[in-house]
Amino acid sequence: MDVQIWTWLLVGVSFALYFGIAIWARAGSTKEFYVAGGGVSPLANGMATAADWMSAASFISMAGIISFAGYDGSVFLMGWTGGYVLLALLLAPYLRKFGKFTVPDFIGDRYYSNTARTVAVICALIVSFTYVAGQMRGVGIVFSQFLQVEITTGVIIGMAVVLVFAFLGGMKGITYTQVAQYCVLIFAFMVPAIFISIQMTGNIIPQIGMGGRVEDGTYLLQKLDNLHTQLGFKEYTEGTKSTWDVFAITLALMAGTAGLPHVIVRFFTVPNVKDARKSAGWALLLIAILYTTAPAVSVFARTNLIETVSNQEYSSLPEWFKNWENMGLIAWSDKNEDGKIQYVNGEATTGKPEFTDARGANGERIISNASSETNELYVDRDIMVLANPEIAQLPAWVIALVAAGGLAAALSTAAGLLLVISTSVSHDLIKKQLKPDISDNGELLAARISIFVAVVVAGLFGIYPPGFVAAVVALAFGLAAASFFPAIVLGIFDKRMNRQGAISGMIVGIILMLFYMIRFKTGLIGVLDPLPPSEWWFGTSPEGFGTVAMTVNVVISVIVSRLTPAPPEDVQDIVENIRIPSGAGEAHDH
Amino acid sequence: MPIPENARKYWRENIKYLTILLIIWFAVSFGCGILFKDFLNRYSLGGFKLGFWFAQQGSIYVFVILIFVYIRLMNKLDKKYGYNEK
Repeated sequence: MDVQIWTWLLVGVSFALYFGIAIWARAGSTKEFYVAGGGVSPLANGMATAADWMSAASFISMAGIISFAGYDGSVFLMGWTGGYVLLALLLAPYLRKFGKFTVPDFIGDRYYSNTARTVAVICALIVSFTYVAGQMRGVGIVFSQFLQVEITTGVIIGMAVVLVFAFLGGMKGITYTQVAQYCVLIFAFMVPAIFISIQMTGNIIPQIGMGGRVEDGTYLLQKLDNLHTQLGFKEYTEGTKSTWDVFAITLALMAGTAGLPHVIVRFFTVPNVKDARKSAGWALLLIAILYTTAPAVSVFARTNLIETVSNQEYSSLPEWFKNWENMGLIAWSDKNEDGKIQYVNGEATTGKPEFTDARGANGERIISNASSETNELYVDRDIMVLANPEIAQLPAWVIALVAAGGLAAALSTAAGLLLVISTSVSHDLIKKQLKPDISDNGELLAARISIFVAVVVAGLFGIYPPGFVAAVVALAFGLAAASFFPAIVLGIFDKRMNRQGAISGMIVGIILMLFYMIRFKTGLIGVLDPLPPSEWWFGTSPEGFGTVAMTVNVVISVIVSRLTPAPPEDVQDIVENIRIPSGAGEAHDH
Repeated sequence: MPIPENARKYWRENIKYLTILLIIWFAVSFGCGILFKDFLNRYSLGGFKLGFWFAQQGSIYVFVILIFVYIRLMNKLDKKYGYNEK
């Protein structure tokens, strides 16, 4: 069977499974809709959290990014896993004990203020929308590449699918489909990795194969470092970013991970505090399987790519190279006219390649924006995971499996985010502020309507991506780190923290982060162009600036809180109460 | 309302555990993987330079272990102070 039939088959079967689960796990009350009834087992919640967490970016892009960034890619590996340690130790058990539905709920009650609740809702919406826009685009790209449809069609199919399981089942439906999606995505990620590890190093475990020896007896990483040096790249195991920037980005990603509302809310779904801790452990273990394999995939893919293309005749290259070139994700311009591919350090094109309709002397697609540098080859980073099985000549079903896995990753994350958005609207805005006397069924209806609206808006972002979306997704972490994370942690660990401190900290934090993002990354369309890296404050990249904004948030919160009155007695009692796991805690709650 | 002595002690021990675990968390990632990477890269672990290994593999393994150690410690602590459920 060829790849196309396998793809339809595997994607079809996995989707049928998700739909089946969505229908089986329909939500009947707001409690089921928001927190799956609160009775999810720690392992199931761990799997759902892992699927929720690992997006199209983790599945498709991360290994590719690391493959081109080498050591610098470590920021994602440490940042996106280390955040779970913060989550497990500093947030999850206490928020579970608090026992409400959302993050703004906690902020609103802990800081006895609807202003604080509103600020938190706005932060949650900004963070979730920046994140979900990227997901819908990812869904569109995967659909379009594997099912050979337009990206727009791909996004619409994705919207329809997400809508069915989120609309029917709310958190309950999403949780159980995410369990299935975790299984699909981890299987799809591991199978090609294991195949390639055996092929290249003879070791069945990719994590060990990465440090293993290749056929001629040298270590794989040593060989890759040598290849890099020969071609003028910085050694793979060394980085190009400054130590401070690596530090700042890693910390921002960690705090952001722990502060992302769609991740935190997952810990409201387990029965008690003990299970909240346990499911954080499961979640990280299950995530770590992918996150320790990804850097191995990066090394395999990088080595394979260089060996396959460097100094080879264009005409002798394998089929996959030309396929991806036809899709516009690989571009080659024969600058020295020798018919061979010179792949060295430097940008082959100015920006993304722009293809003309013409073909060159060797049959390659002509690009109009080749740069004056020696490097002739442009490779889109996103294709590394998708093309890896083809590059390594793995069987058709493995290639198809990767498509099913990529879709599972993108859809599960999109669904989780959309639920947070709808909850923010129906629960935090309508129920808690605008119309407190709304009935449970009314609120459920409002939740379903808002999820519908959210899907449509997210879909539109996916179809017509504003130029800044791609750039902004990575910054969602900075925003979460600069706003929520300090407010929640201080709310638990600093009993003296009050309304004035937390609100001023959150507002200053998120505004500072937004300002830096706009100034140095996105610009304001038609008004302001982003400034170059040479202007960065203390050499801090916009991705790493979350660390600075978070620090400012903490400092301001602490100072302001000490200059204003202490929180009322009953709020201090809430803090005492969440510090103790349930049961005994209830006894002295009044 | 005064805080019961039991709760106060429980919280103090909890903070002690958190401090120790977070020091390890910081040491393996920010320490071994970032700040002292160049120094550790002089040593190797199989085919890995040590600093690079910490950044892309080792720190993640330690993170997983840290959470499971935390779960164990806290379960014991809950029992010790009678906050255990089921």
